[in-house]
Amino acid sequence: MSEQHSKPDNSKMITRLLASVVLMFAFGFALVPLYEKFCEVTGFNGRTNNSAAAGSDGNLVDTTRLVTIEFHTRVNRGLPWEFSSEVRRLQVHPGETTTVNFTASNHTNRDMTGQALPSVAPGEAAPYLLKTECFCFQNQPLAAGDTAVMPMQFYVDPDIPNHIRTFTLSYMMYDMTEAAAQGRVVVDTSE
Amino acid sequence: MSTVVDTHHEHDDHHDHKPTGIKRWLFTTNHKDIGSLYLLFSFLMFFAGGTMALVIRAELFQPGMQIVDPHFFNQMTTMHGLIMVFGAVMPAFTGLANWMIPMMIGAPDMALPRMNNWSFWILPFAFIIMLSSMLMPGGGPAFGWTFYAPLSTTYSTDSTALFVFAIHIMGISSIMGAINVIVTIMNMRAPGMTYMRMPLFVWTWFITAFLLIAVMPVLAGVVTMVLTDKYFATSFFDAAGGGDPVLFQHLFWFFGHPEVYIMILPSFGIVSAIIPAFARKPLFGYASMVYATAAIAGLSFLVWAHHMFTTGMPVFASLFFMYMTMLIAVPTGVKIFNWVSTMWRGSMTFEPPMLFALAFVILFTIGGFSGIMLAITPVDFQYHDTYFVVAHFHYVLVSGAVFSIMAAAYYWLPKWSGFMPDEGLAKLHFWCSVISVNILFFPMHFVGLAGMPRRIPDYALQFADINAIVSVGAFLFGFSQLIFLAVVVKCMAKKGQAAVAKPWEGAEGLEWDVPSPAPYHTFDTPPKIEAPIR
Amino acid sequence: MKARLYRVLTAALVLFVMPAAFAESLQINLPRGATEVSNSVYSLHMYVFLVCVIIGVIVFAAMFWSIIRHRKSRGAEPAKFHDNVRVEIAWTVIPFLILIAMAWPATSLLLDMDDTDDSDLTVLITGSQWRWDYEYFDYDVQYRSSMATMRDQVYANLPKGENYLLEVDRPLVIPTNRKVRLLITSDDVIHSWWVPEFAIKKDANPGYINEAWTRVDEPGIYRGQCAELCGRDHAFMPIVVIALEPDDFEEWATNEETRLAEEREEEERLLSMQMTMDELMTLGESVYNAQCAACHQPNGQGVPGVFPALAGEGVSVDSDGLNDHIDTVANGVQGTAMQAYRDQLSMRELAAVITYERNAWQNDTGDEVQAADIHNYIQGDN
Repeated sequence: MSEQHSKPDNSKMITRLLASVVLMFAFGFALVPLYEKFCEVTGFNGRTNNSAAAGSDGNLVDTTRLVTIEFHTRVNRGLPWEFSSEVRRLQVHPGETTTVNFTASNHTNRDMTGQALPSVAPGEAAPYLLKTECFCFQNQPLAAGDTAVMPMQFYVDPDIPNHIRTFTLSYMMYDMTEAAAQGRVVVDTSE
Repeated sequence: MSTVVDTHHEHDDHHDHKPTGIKRWLFTTNHKDIGSLYLLFSFLMFFAGGTMALVIRAELFQPGMQIVDPHFFNQMTTMHGLIMVFGAVMPAFTGLANWMIPMMIGAPDMALPRMNNWSFWILPFAFIIMLSSMLMPGGGPAFGWTFYAPLSTTYSTDSTALFVFAIHIMGISSIMGAINVIVTIMNMRAPGMTYMRMPLFVWTWFITAFLLIAVMPVLAGVVTMVLTDKYFATSFFDAAGGGDPVLFQHLFWFFGHPEVYIMILPSFGIVSAIIPAFARKPLFGYASMVYATAAIAGLSFLVWAHHMFTTGMPVFASLFFMYMTMLIAVPTGVKIFNWVSTMWRGSMTFEPPMLFALAFVILFTIGGFSGIMLAITPVDFQYHDTYFVVAHFHYVLVSGAVFSIMAAAYYWLPKWSGFMPDEGLAKLHFWCSVISVNILFFPMHFVGLAGMPRRIPDYALQFADINAIVSVGAFLFGFSQLIFLAVVVKCMAKKGQAAVAKPWEGAEGLEWDVPSPAPYHTFDTPPKIEAPIR
Repeated sequence: MKARLYRVLTAALVLFVMPAAFAESLQINLPRGATEVSNSVYSLHMYVFLVCVIIGVIVFAAMFWSIIRHRKSRGAEPAKFHDNVRVEIAWTVIPFLILIAMAWPATSLLLDMDDTDDSDLTVLITGSQWRWDYEYFDYDVQYRSSMATMRDQVYANLPKGENYLLEVDRPLVIPTNRKVRLLITSDDVIHSWWVPEFAIKKDANPGYINEAWTRVDEPGIYRGQCAELCGRDHAFMPIVVIALEPDDFEEWATNEETRLAEEREEEERLLSMQMTMDELMTLGESVYNAQCAACHQPNGQGVPGVFPALAGEGVSVDSDGLNDHIDTVANGVQGTAMQAYRDQLSMRELAAVITYERNAWQNDTGDEVQAADIHNYIQGDN
């Protein structure tokens, strides 16, 4: 190697490049919470709030329009439960607090734990569905043979854009018996 | 392999005391040796991946399952994609970078020769691991090269662990290669070789290397999440645990789209070297070529979700990604116009490298057009995940990237081996390839528009005739590559016409100042660059 | 064979020599489709395609002009120019304007496609490996739709029917001239619900719902298939939609509601009925071949490492495992391709298929499972 090709900066440059590699690796993981936050704000993936929202200010009820909400329930494979909502369709005024009851029955002879996860279509409506009380905020333990009536109290944010006149709220019930036994919580309500 | 070694030996290695035989290759830190290793490895992988493609096309020759099981078919599509992307195209470009960048910028070697050795030698192990996973019960990866969760997590077989490990090794190899390229280009340029005097191949690789540094770690992150989701009870992509399978696609395509440009930018550099050489006229718009490359690289980070229009994104996101994707057509168009203008009023001859470069310009442009069509969200709903997409990316990757690699091989083989590639065979190879590649991929547009999804081992009867034609094209194209093998072997065997230092009349660049074959050590004393070299 | 060769050759000719003239007879373009949206999509597709063709013709003409005229063998002397700012600005700006001309109609069409409000009917579509479930919001109707093409047509090269791989046992039925809102989700991996003639392709993501809408103009049968790689039988989950006049649809839906309700009643009534072993095995075999054989294979051997074998191992030969066996078939297994069949098969069918699995292929446990056993298990009376 000749003098002219002296490379005093190599190690510095390598350090910088390696640092960028580490940074980008970390960035990949940082995208996970960023994505979650982004979805929460924009309703990008249709998830709703997973902790209780503040109650509706009764004065803000927008009686000039109605929003239709469709409810759908489904049990994930492997979970021998029945799970249903008392209504399939409901019309509400934005701002008006409403309660809908869901029923889950465990027909097995085992104590089990389920977890319902919500999804809203169109996702754009998700940030405007504000739940003040919901069974979906935590795991649902259900003893063998038991049936539970689980309320969901919510209101639609009066700020909901005019063009959203209908949306669907779907709950998928998952078997969390094992996860709960291992102390793993799915929906973190600590915040 | 050893033939090439001897070539170097006899001619110019008398002052060098390096080990001989296998040890020389295992321990080599010479950029030319490592470049040859990369190129030969990628050639081997090209045939391995190609064989899998032929299994796919044989099964698809007619409706019904005749040859393989659907699960094995899925393994074939997955492995074909992975091998071609990570085993054939990327290592071929790294090989070209190793061989040519130091010679083009007047450096004696790559900046980090020992790391260079490492970055090559871990690669074969990665592919041995990945290929051997197919011997496991349940077979190898069968979830497509895009390994969408949860098919690749909860619902995959245990070969996934090996797949993840192999991808990690490939990623480390690519990152080390990229670091080496960047440090070499920044620190080892000969006096007077300013940035804006660098050949475009160096420029495009420089930008490619930054793309690699930016996105390969993200790929590493994604496969790590796949691994922990599958084996360590995390729920990044598992809805049951509060994750989101669509998040996987965002992360994957954040890597995946720049990856697409990683596989095409060096091609732009190659074609920008070859067209001026055989048009005997300086490259039109050198500066705009550099800026266009940088623009494409920058935009590549803002378009990833155009692979995901059907995932159910809100309309504002679809619109954003549609506009951004369409914008890429502008710098890409600039490049094509520049190449055509370089030919305009030139004095053209049509040696094999030029033939492949011209085919590249035409066929890559066709792939670009289907790319614009795919960018238009409302119609993409119809094209998405059909053979139209398969046609599109094979036009840009096979008749694009692979043709440019072949052009590069024909262009620089005299420099590497000291012998001219057999012109008759090379032209036969060109015409066989260019005709069969179109029989292979052009009808895919039609069958895709007519409604045939990709990645299916069996199809409805209305797709039968076109699929038969496509399969015929595939076998023709596959076997045409044996001619290429013959040309390369002939050069390596030192048969044919010996090459002079500058075998192409209009070629420009420092690599033509050294004898052919290039001595084992070049530019120990750096050349002095007075005027721009283009 | 000769006829086939001839067809292939004709097709080759059509493809390479005269595409436009024969485009209608041999399907090589997007379908215009059956809805206003799909027609707009088709027009946009043709518009963008034509713009690309025109640009292509200009660029390639310039290129071939220089290839032919500016070649050394014709004595062409190379010019020296290598820059021209004005030209370069022009070919940056003009493509940009062309792109705007394409983005404009695309944007308005996309906004139109996105507007699912004010629908007349909602159907929920759930993909699972490798079937579609349809559930009507407005009627008490839900059912599963599986491919109807026989295995032997696929694997044994038996003569293939006209709608090979694109036929199902129970198609989705929707009314014409009504805005139908489709909610799409999945039970396991990602699928994609695609009917080209509606220009709808929407991913079915597990745990999340997506939506789309359509308004079909003409009654008819429309076919599509899953468009996202979803595992081994991805090629074998077709979609068939029948569009009926609104009145006919109303009639169909009410009939279906009644029929399904009657079936359930009938089932309750027949619970006490005992089936003979022969009856169970015969019914069981047909259910097995329709529902289970795709994964577990007709011989019960499964696919090693992917789908477990049922012959000679596992729960089906475990004499204490009857309840686990029922549980697996009725409720499915989370995180695997094994889906829940309790809502898809009747109690009799469940009983029969379980009996079959426990006695076929020399499993010979001798267990006879009756509909009442299934009922008792599911209702938790065990």
